Amino acid sequence: MMIVFFDTSQAAGHATETVVEAAEHTSSGMPQLDFSTFPSQIFWLAIAFGFLYLALDRFLIPRIGGAIEERKDRIADDLDMAARKKAEADEAVIAYEKNLAEARAKASVIAAENRAVLDAQLAEESTAQEAELDKAAAKADAKIAKARSEAMHHVEEIALEVAGELVAKLGNITPDPKKLQNALELARTQSEAS
Amino acid sequence: MDPLHQFNIERYGEFHLFGMDLSFTNSSFFALLAVALVVAFLAFGSRKRALVPGRMQSLAELFYEFVAQMVRSTMGQEGFRFFPLIFSLFAFVLTTNLLGMFPYFFTVTSHIAVTGALALMVISVVLIYGFSRHGLKFFKLFAPSGLPLPLYFVIVPIEIISFLARPFSLSIRLFANMMAGHALMKVFASFIVMLGGAGAFSVLAILPFLTNTAVVGLEFLIAFLQAYVFALLSCIYLSDVSGEHIGH
Repeated sequence: MMIVFFDTSQAAGHATETVVEAAEHTSSGMPQLDFSTFPSQIFWLAIAFGFLYLALDRFLIPRIGGAIEERKDRIADDLDMAARKKAEADEAVIAYEKNLAEARAKASVIAAENRAVLDAQLAEESTAQEAELDKAAAKADAKIAKARSEAMHHVEEIALEVAGELVAKLGNITPDPKKLQNALELARTQSEAS
Repeated sequence: MDPLHQFNIERYGEFHLFGMDLSFTNSSFFALLAVALVVAFLAFGSRKRALVPGRMQSLAELFYEFVAQMVRSTMGQEGFRFFPLIFSLFAFVLTTNLLGMFPYFFTVTSHIAVTGALALMVISVVLIYGFSRHGLKFFKLFAPSGLPLPLYFVIVPIEIISFLARPFSLSIRLFANMMAGHALMKVFASFIVMLGGAGAFSVLAILPFLTNTAVVGLEFLIAFLQAYVFALLSCIYLSDVSGEHIGH
């Protein structure tokens, strides 16, 4: 196949060379259709391709595939482990919450118990105190009553004396103390009744 | 300036066996170089087998996972026995395609002999796997169940023809893409050189230069895409004869 693209007088020398060179190949046409080279091409292709196939099949694919497989396994393992750890953590959280609730319940029971004990103690103490106070009050009341009756007694005596004196001064008589006392008694009951 | 010159097979060392010319050529050299690069890359990337991968290991694993995903999505877990085959195909085609992008490097996959051999190998594996797994029920592949009877007279020939066309489409697609792309780059490169030497017109050389820059980018895409397509179609052909598509 001869192809001369451009031909000028300047490139005449080159052109002749090209023509000669092209003419050489024109005889054989397309190199691809030169069947005499087929056995050699196919023979060496078989050697090269066979070697490549063996190298890949026996050596390189197991090595690269193994590394990829290992990584996949490792990642899957790690994910499994993470899932397991998460489940464990969840369990721990549940257990913790349960413990916490139990502790809270126990604490409130203890608090209630303590409160009851304290209340009881407090009640006891306050009743004791009150009893003592009542006693003291009663004693004081008794004292007051005594003092009062004494005072009343004195008042009666004084009244008797005053009445006696009054009668003696007004009537110029010495009154019988017995009658005087009866009269006073009568007067008091009458004033109390009104 | 012959754009096909780059596809010439050059003998580096004569080697004859059983009357066949098995000489070591530029094709042999670049095929072996591609294999050496792939093996070195993957071996270096996986040398540490670290739990947390470094840069090279990440790249190797990315490469691995890309192909593994392709196999898994087309063939499922059952097809994983073909993973080394698909991985080899993808790595070999991709590396030889990309090596071809270097100037003066030979593109192994630009030859129909190579792509044809690879395609025939794939179809052979499909046939061997299909027959070993399903026996004569393998032929059910050509007669999908659940169709009205008259349709079978149309469907069966179509299925057979499409099956027979597979090795051709698989091999020609790759070889033609690589060859056309590289020839195109060479043609535009020739334009640059010739316009550059054309005196007053030499400023015009910028046009094929810009075009060629774009074409080179496109060719990198095609180098990857064709390797991907080759591997993916191999997966699909294999999945056709795996359990799911041929009922029992």
